[in-house]
Amino acid sequence: MRSVDRGLVRDAAALGAAVLMVGISFGALAVAAGVSPWLTVGMSLLVFAGGAQFLAIGVLASGGAAAAAVAGGLLLNARHLPFGLAVSGAIGRSWPARLVGSHLLVDETVAFATAQRDPRRARLAFWTAGLTLFAAWNVGTAIGVLAGQAVGDPAAFGVDAAFPAGLLALLMPSLGDRDARRVAAVGVALALLATPLLPAGLPVLVALAGLVAAGRSGRGGPDAGPGAGLGSGGPR
Amino acid sequence: MTWAAVLVLAAGTYAFRLAGPVLRERLHVSDSVQRLLSLGAVALLAALIAIAAFTDGDGFAGWARPAGVAVGALAALRRLPFVVVVIAAAATTAGLRAAGVP
Repeated sequence: MRSVDRGLVRDAAALGAAVLMVGISFGALAVAAGVSPWLTVGMSLLVFAGGAQFLAIGVLASGGAAAAAVAGGLLLNARHLPFGLAVSGAIGRSWPARLVGSHLLVDETVAFATAQRDPRRARLAFWTAGLTLFAAWNVGTAIGVLAGQAVGDPAAFGVDAAFPAGLLALLMPSLGDRDARRVAAVGVALALLATPLLPAGLPVLVALAGLVAAGRSGRGGPDAGPGAGLGSGGPR
Repeated sequence: MTWAAVLVLAAGTYAFRLAGPVLRERLHVSDSVQRLLSLGAVALLAALIAIAAFTDGDGFAGWARPAGVAVGALAALRRLPFVVVVIAAAATTAGLRAAGVP
């Protein structure tokens, strides 16, 4: 393995450690909320979306209906559609790659892919991060289910700060592009303004309106712009 | 939570995830549209970062978390290794909380 790839594995492992801790707290919380151990483990395997899983459990724990829990979780996950459009090149074009890779589409894997300029590296980054985080999330959930109440609050370890900081580090190369900075700034402002007003999930989607701040393309060769490695190859 | 609810959530989530790559191949996407798709991902990620850094539910998260993210951002700007960014952010927030900052 080349050293750049080892760097990728190390970076994915760093975020994987944080995911493991959050997975442990999810497993413990779900069981404490009355979800059966097998259902908790099955949820992490099949849904693989931490935010939506916490939200669904939270709705149920506060006495909400299962339909509300599912609807809330789905709303939170709607962002994966535009993410998939953007990083389809990094997932791969064969059907097996698409069917498996789509399940690994989470914020962090999108960020890992977006951070790469070269399409081949973007694919490697997506899959390395995806498989690492999938393993970490599910092992964490299982540990949390088994440990139950013995699990402490991950907030005490600052894990909740690790995710935005890690995502920001991955996004930084893309923000070298002036248009990307403008779009991001407008998107962030709109999303933060919308957060007190809209249910979870929608404020993030509102950020897409930041695209109005994008200038005309045209400066762009194939190597220009954010996430240049992502879309290349084109549909066949 | 029932298996039915989990399966609906899982199937719906998977449909959102698979729709992107499948649609992307069906559509003829010009370079400028692909650029907008990439910029869209940047906007979504930036918004996720801001929401995760500053908010909890529909309110303010307290200062410990954004302070930790800010330290992580400084580490990233100085091009320190990714591992350092993540640990610096978590350690700052953990330290502030241990000191009583919410």
